[in-house]
Amino acid sequence: MADQVLDTKGLNCPLPILKAKKALKGMPSGATLEIQATDPGSVADFEAFCRTTGNELLESKTEDGVYVFLIKHTA
Amino acid sequence: MSDKKNAKSMSIIVTKGSLDWAYPPFIIGTTAAAMGLDVTMFFTFYGLGLLKKKLDLQVTPLGNAAMEMPLMGGHMAMPNAVAMIPGVDKAATVMMKNLIKKKGVASIEDLRETAIESDIRMIACQMTLDLFEYKREDLIDGHELGGAATYIEAASQSDINLFI
Repeated sequence: MADQVLDTKGLNCPLPILKAKKALKGMPSGATLEIQATDPGSVADFEAFCRTTGNELLESKTEDGVYVFLIKHTA
Repeated sequence: MSDKKNAKSMSIIVTKGSLDWAYPPFIIGTTAAAMGLDVTMFFTFYGLGLLKKKLDLQVTPLGNAAMEMPLMGGHMAMPNAVAMIPGVDKAATVMMKNLIKKKGVASIEDLRETAIESDIRMIACQMTLDLFEYKREDLIDGHELGGAATYIEAASQSDINLFI
C-alpha cells in the first residue's frame, strides 16, 4: 500500500506531473506515492520524470483503463 | 540511462500572449521546475501581457492557417475571409476554452500560479513596459524588471535556452 494516493484521472499534461511533484515535496524521503492517471502520455512522462529527478519508479501498470504509477520519494 | 549529466537550468524568452501561445512556455517552464531545474522566464513584447494581473486571453483563426478545431468527428479550419468576420475570434476563443476544460488541460492562470509557487524567476521586459505603456502595478507580484542584458546574464548561466 502506498503512503499516499494521488488521483489525476481526467487531467492532461502537465498536470499529473505537476501535482505529483507537489505531493512528493510534502512527503518524507522513502515514502511512496501512488498516482492514478488517464492521460496516456503520463506513462512516458513519469518514466522521464523519475529518471531525471532520481525518484524511483517502483511500478507502472494499467488497471481498467487507468494508469497507475508507484513512486518512491528518494530525491 | 547514460552517464551524461542532466541540465540544471533553463531560460525561456516568452514573446507571444495569445491563448494558444501562452501554453508552451508555461507548460515547459513549470514542468522543468518540477523536474528540479532552475527556470527563468523573460516576458517581452506580447508575452508581457501574460504577467498582467487579470488575464483575458484570446485566440484567433485569422492568419492561423494550421488551426483546426475538432468538430463532429472531423476537423474544421477557417478561411481568413470567415475568420475576419466580427465575433468569429470570440467564438473560436469560447470553443478553445471549452475544449481546454473538457480535456482536463490546465488553465493558464493555474499554470502561472504553479510557476510562482515553484519559484520560477519571472523577468518583465522594461522596454516593453515603456513601449506599450503598461504600469508595473498592472502586473502580478513576484516579477522583476530587466532588459536584454538581464536576460543574457541568465541565459549565459543556463543549460537550456528557449525562444517561444
